[in-house]
Amino acid sequence: MEIRLSGVSHTYDDFEVLQDINLDIPDGRIVCIVGPSGCGKSTLLRFIGGLERPTHGDIVQIGDPPKGCLNPLTYIFQDFALLPWRTVRGNISLVLEDHGIGGAAAQRIIDDVLARTKLSDFAHALPKQLSGGMKQRVAIARALAVNPAVMLMDEPLSALDSQTRELLMDDLIALWTRAPFTAVYVTHNLAEAVRLGHSIVVLSRRPGRIREIVHLDRPLDERAYGDADLEAKQKHLWDLMRDEARAADAELMNV
Amino acid sequence: MSDLSLPSAPPADKPQPTTNQPQNVPFRGGGFRPRPIKGIGIALFVILIALAELGTRTGWISALTLPRPSDVFSTFIELYQTGLLFEHMAPSLMRFLVGSAIGVFLGIAVGITIGLFSLVRAGLVPLVAAIFPIPKIALLPLFVIWFGIGEASKYALIAFGTFTPTVVATFGAVDNVDRTLIRMGQSFGLSWFSIVRKIVLPGAMPGILSGLRISLAIGIILLVAAEMIGVEFGIGSYINEAGNLYDLERLFAGVVILSIFGVLVSALIGLIEKHLLKWRS
Repeated sequence: MEIRLSGVSHTYDDFEVLQDINLDIPDGRIVCIVGPSGCGKSTLLRFIGGLERPTHGDIVQIGDPPKGCLNPLTYIFQDFALLPWRTVRGNISLVLEDHGIGGAAAQRIIDDVLARTKLSDFAHALPKQLSGGMKQRVAIARALAVNPAVMLMDEPLSALDSQTRELLMDDLIALWTRAPFTAVYVTHNLAEAVRLGHSIVVLSRRPGRIREIVHLDRPLDERAYGDADLEAKQKHLWDLMRDEARAADAELMNV
Repeated sequence: MSDLSLPSAPPADKPQPTTNQPQNVPFRGGGFRPRPIKGIGIALFVILIALAELGTRTGWISALTLPRPSDVFSTFIELYQTGLLFEHMAPSLMRFLVGSAIGVFLGIAVGITIGLFSLVRAGLVPLVAAIFPIPKIALLPLFVIWFGIGEASKYALIAFGTFTPTVVATFGAVDNVDRTLIRMGQSFGLSWFSIVRKIVLPGAMPGILSGLRISLAIGIILLVAAEMIGVEFGIGSYINEAGNLYDLERLFAGVVILSIFGVLVSALIGLIEKHLLKWRS
């Protein structure tokens, strides 16, 4: 399933956030969206998943979601959004219950996604017992459980320390390599973008416009930490963004 | 001793000679962290009662100012031995349970609808604010007219008194439920009803339970008011009667019963919290 954004603009009151965004999200690819803070990249992600509506423009799905897909557009949130009163297993079963999946069927799905995220031993732990990295892996397992057509990841690693971030990036790459998924990955971290993105969309500061789309051809599993080629790409991205980021930083908040 | 207790001050005996001697970095942290201290609560009770006993025995507290604790205690024992204690306790307990059950149940229901629906909120929040400060005791005659002199008017008074604080605590608790969890539920396509039942309600539970502590304490307070008219037995009527006769021993025996009752209710809620809110860090 593909997603197409055409002419998406958005204003809060009379405050322009996004301006004329046209973007295709091809099937089986990871599209990263980077930009200075406040450029509307998270807002854009909420539009794609239907949690918010843009004032102008359309967002369309092309093609049907794959068979067995319970929730085509599935988010992974920066702050994990796990129910603290449910165990790891309970948090995953939450998203199955409403689709009438319970008992043995739910058991099978939960066991499968826990195994894929290496969480099998923690099925009965409560979120408060888990580290940040583990919590995000639970959220990834929960997203995998509904077999999404497109994963919408809103700074999924930003709340984690840099070592955990590296580990989780490896996990995400391994997951994608085993079964390629479509994803929109919003981040402010350029290192993440060059590791995970097949294409990287650079947004300008507010009102957010697409400045450039950088394509990376190297397969995900061949991109390693500290790769010179990736560093060069990252530097290019940073050169694109530096002045904007500085200007965005100096802006007054009028929200 | 407060929680602000300072760590032992560094010795400031003689002025330090300015040498290159290594010195320990002065410690400036610590404090501001309440911690449980066992036995202090009970010790304070014992000391206060002992002081009252000593004062009344030696005479620097006159018998009219404060009854002697040992006399209160023997009144209590007498009450127990004559079986009157249970005759007073049973109807009061019943009134408290029925009245506060009605008030708390309705309060939670109304509080949740206020938390969920803007229209209900806009209409009811000012109304609840208007009802809250009314001394419910003042309405007792009205309740007697509406519900009769029997038990129903007592239930109504206690229910009314526990209702408003429960409403306020509940809608506050619903407001405080983490919105990102609700967005998460929506993003996974959970139904409205599922979101309320599986995310809003459990998320509001800590606030509802702590509101319950206040509501139920108010329920106990209102017991005395509810039993002012047309009652033969009940802790409240026992206290009212003793009060009218200026019988301080019996008055205090009744008050102590209510206090113990309050401590028990609070401990019960503590147990429920411990069980239901295990997930809190």
